[in-house]
Amino acid sequence: MEAAEIYALVRARFPDQVVEIVEKRADPYAVVDPHAIAAICGFLRDDAALAMDCLNNQSGVDYKDRIEVVYHLFSYSHRHGAVIKVRLPRDQPALASVEPVWNSANWMEREIYDLLGVTFHGHSDMRRILMPEDWPGWPLRKDFVEPLEYHGISTVRESPIIRLDEKKK
Amino acid sequence: MEAWLNRLMMRGVFGAHPIPVLVYASGIAIACALVLFAIALPFASIVTWVERRVWARIQSRIGPNRVGPNGFLQWLADGLKHICKEDIIPAEADPRLFKLAPYLVVLAFILPWAVMPFSSSLILADLNVGILYMTAVTALTVVGVLMAGWASNNKWSLIGGVRSAAQVVSYEIPAGLSIFPVVLMTGTLSMQGITRAQGWSPDRWFLFASPFCFAAAIILFVASLAENNRTPFDLPEAESELVAGFATEYSSMRYLFFFMAEWGNMFVSAAIIVTLYLGGWRFPHVSPSPIAMNLLEFATFNIKVLIIVFVSMWIRGTLPRVRIDQMMSLCWKYFVPIAFVNLIGTAVWVAIWPAGNPFAAWSMLAVGVLLAAFFVRRVVHFARRSRMELYFHPTI
Amino acid sequence: MSMLRTEEMTLNMGPQHPSTHGVLRFVIRTDGEVMREAIPDVGYLHRSIEKIAEKVGYHGFMPYTDRVDYVCAMFTNQAWGMACEKLAGVEVPRRGEYCRVIAAEFNRIASHLLTVGLMGMDIGAMTPFVHALREREMINDLIEELCGARLTFNYMRIGGVAWDLPPGWRDKALAYLDHLEPIVNEFNALFSYNKICIERLAKVAAIGPADAIDYNLVGPNLRAAGVNWDVRRDLPYSVYPEFDFEIPLGSGEWGAIGDAMDRYMMRIRELTQSARILRQALTQIPDGPVLAKVVRNFKPAAGECQVRVESARGDQGWYVVSDGTSYPWRVHVRTGSFAAMGMIQKLSRGLMIADLVVLIASLDVIAPEIDR
Repeated sequence: MEAAEIYALVRARFPDQVVEIVEKRADPYAVVDPHAIAAICGFLRDDAALAMDCLNNQSGVDYKDRIEVVYHLFSYSHRHGAVIKVRLPRDQPALASVEPVWNSANWMEREIYDLLGVTFHGHSDMRRILMPEDWPGWPLRKDFVEPLEYHGISTVRESPIIRLDEKKK
Repeated sequence: MEAWLNRLMMRGVFGAHPIPVLVYASGIAIACALVLFAIALPFASIVTWVERRVWARIQSRIGPNRVGPNGFLQWLADGLKHICKEDIIPAEADPRLFKLAPYLVVLAFILPWAVMPFSSSLILADLNVGILYMTAVTALTVVGVLMAGWASNNKWSLIGGVRSAAQVVSYEIPAGLSIFPVVLMTGTLSMQGITRAQGWSPDRWFLFASPFCFAAAIILFVASLAENNRTPFDLPEAESELVAGFATEYSSMRYLFFFMAEWGNMFVSAAIIVTLYLGGWRFPHVSPSPIAMNLLEFATFNIKVLIIVFVSMWIRGTLPRVRIDQMMSLCWKYFVPIAFVNLIGTAVWVAIWPAGNPFAAWSMLAVGVLLAAFFVRRVVHFARRSRMELYFHPTI
Repeated sequence: MSMLRTEEMTLNMGPQHPSTHGVLRFVIRTDGEVMREAIPDVGYLHRSIEKIAEKVGYHGFMPYTDRVDYVCAMFTNQAWGMACEKLAGVEVPRRGEYCRVIAAEFNRIASHLLTVGLMGMDIGAMTPFVHALREREMINDLIEELCGARLTFNYMRIGGVAWDLPPGWRDKALAYLDHLEPIVNEFNALFSYNKICIERLAKVAAIGPADAIDYNLVGPNLRAAGVNWDVRRDLPYSVYPEFDFEIPLGSGEWGAIGDAMDRYMMRIRELTQSARILRQALTQIPDGPVLAKVVRNFKPAAGECQVRVESARGDQGWYVVSDGTSYPWRVHVRTGSFAAMGMIQKLSRGLMIADLVVLIASLDVIAPEIDR
């Protein structure tokens, strides 16, 4: 099934929750209401014509004015895919977890939480995954500034070129 | 050796006046201990070099070849290196037990050499319970290993120690049961007695005496691999699971002790198999000179033992490690029942043919030769096929 | 037995542990030898490659992609090139595509050889590891001649590859393929069909097709579960449609379908299939340029795309967002090891400690790919 048909089906089922459908890009996508994400994902998985049995990729993007969470869905039985996006405010972004729908969301949502600070409600284990538990801030946000030291360990390396210049003096 | 010292004593080598018994006894003890140490330790160490070279060949590598001719002195360099290293005792460890454990392991490896029948006269003490003594003292290893695992205060070490205890205690049973058929046939526990009951020719080895003995010898070999923590039963020190098992926290000389004991025990258990089933030092009487005969017998015994040791190195280079439940089920479900059948079968066999059955011996020998020929053919086949012909030299 | 009081023990496995393939850490809750659960803790190899991408520009990011998965870096190279080409609409010359496929398939063989060798080492047999590395060394020599590097290749460029095949390389590569196939049989005789090996791997941590899809397993792990899916065939990219090759599937002939033995054998079988692709590619390779003309200040139009390539560890998805400047706005890599690692906690329940090592090796998880 083509992506446009999939989005049409989703819009027919959730007329108010689908915000926008963009079809001109390399990968067409649909933007949906964050409050309905769990319901829409459940529909996409369970509908016999769609049968999106795999959450292939889930990632977050910081657009400076908003944060988007992107779901790349795929159906191994029908061999078709779809891209669903959710737009969230930058301060305290939160939405429902899709872990009950696809188990693979567990770690990917943890990664988004870790790097972009998006909280997922209903997630079984909402902890940082890649960064240390007490790391300040969300590294993949555009305004993230790396702290100069972490527990007394410097995160900045002295430039060898500058050191050579100083020696010459 | 004891007899030889006694003879010296009779001849008055130590002076005209008889020396006090205590001094005499302790003198003998020290002399024997020195001889043992001088033989056993280099043996165990040289085996490490042999094993590394053999293993390297199996893996199409070269192996250590820098120290001495063909790297022969590698064992000396390794020993020196280990002595010079820092001896670390973890702060949380139980220091007394931690220090004691390696000595116990080394003790368990040195003690069996007292009854090792190298030749008709080269034996330190021909005890009348020789083989029993041997199995008893080799089992001491497990105490040392368990102690090491416990005293390290490291969970990985503890698992290694417990695995070792489970493994050695389990495999003692089939190993012990596989010794008894020979004892039944000879009616003696003395190592020399058992060796003398066999002949120099393979048809008079106990390996081929009956089908039961053949099976028992194989069980004894596999069980001795397990008792020495050798592949495929090297679970106590499984490096990919337990880091280094019971030896994780050890360093320096103490670490070396464990591994010397491991390689030394390989020799000891091979010696048990050779004495019990492969004719020991027996060699045809070709020379009237006792010195020449003893040398020939010594060489025969050692060559046989080294062949068994080589097979165990070969197995180490080839097989993966079994899992603990598989190891246990192999022991309790297969080896123990088969060993019991062997024992009962041998008892019946001895009752029917008290002097042995030459026809059975010859046919078992034929079976053995056929098996060996088949094996050699397969090995040659694979060795030929895997000959490397392609080499790339990167052009830079 | 219930009369015995047992106590649960917490074990820390890693990050410095011989069989964790890099720096992984597991917190194992165990009752004797049987595990209650192994909780993975990742992030020890996190080099923030996705953040670096936002700072170095499109061309400049190519060497960094090598570090995403340094065991099969050709695929990450290729995926990054494909993503940029898809965003900007660059056409790769046919010889360039062939060079990409040849390099990538050699890299797949190298990666699978490492995986099967490591499986040997993890279950206690050193010899298969050394034998497998001996073969891998030759591929490294070949690739070194091709691009000058043995591990982090940086061979591909946006719009093709950096260098054409060196003179005489084709014959060497074909000679290697002739040599490889008997060696695979020898390796099987030495290790794969060894009774102990089968006993250790069969029926361990079987993954059914539904679970494999739900947990987003990819590549050989997914095919071992019986799902007939290969990106090279089903979402064709590059010049793969021009080759004739089979896709091996897990059959469960040693025990359960999708068990560790199936996953292990999947890699062994893919060795010969890769060799088959390579033989065709090396004989069919057309003449022509290998690199399309791409401007130095590469600025694709604003937009986003996801490309999927079949790397040695399975379907690797690169999601790239461009804002029209010369720096990518966001790059996200979805890797096979990350998904497989997320499944270990579920699979580990009730296994033995020795099986956990087998499980990690059979899923072929590689730490840099998890943490990126």
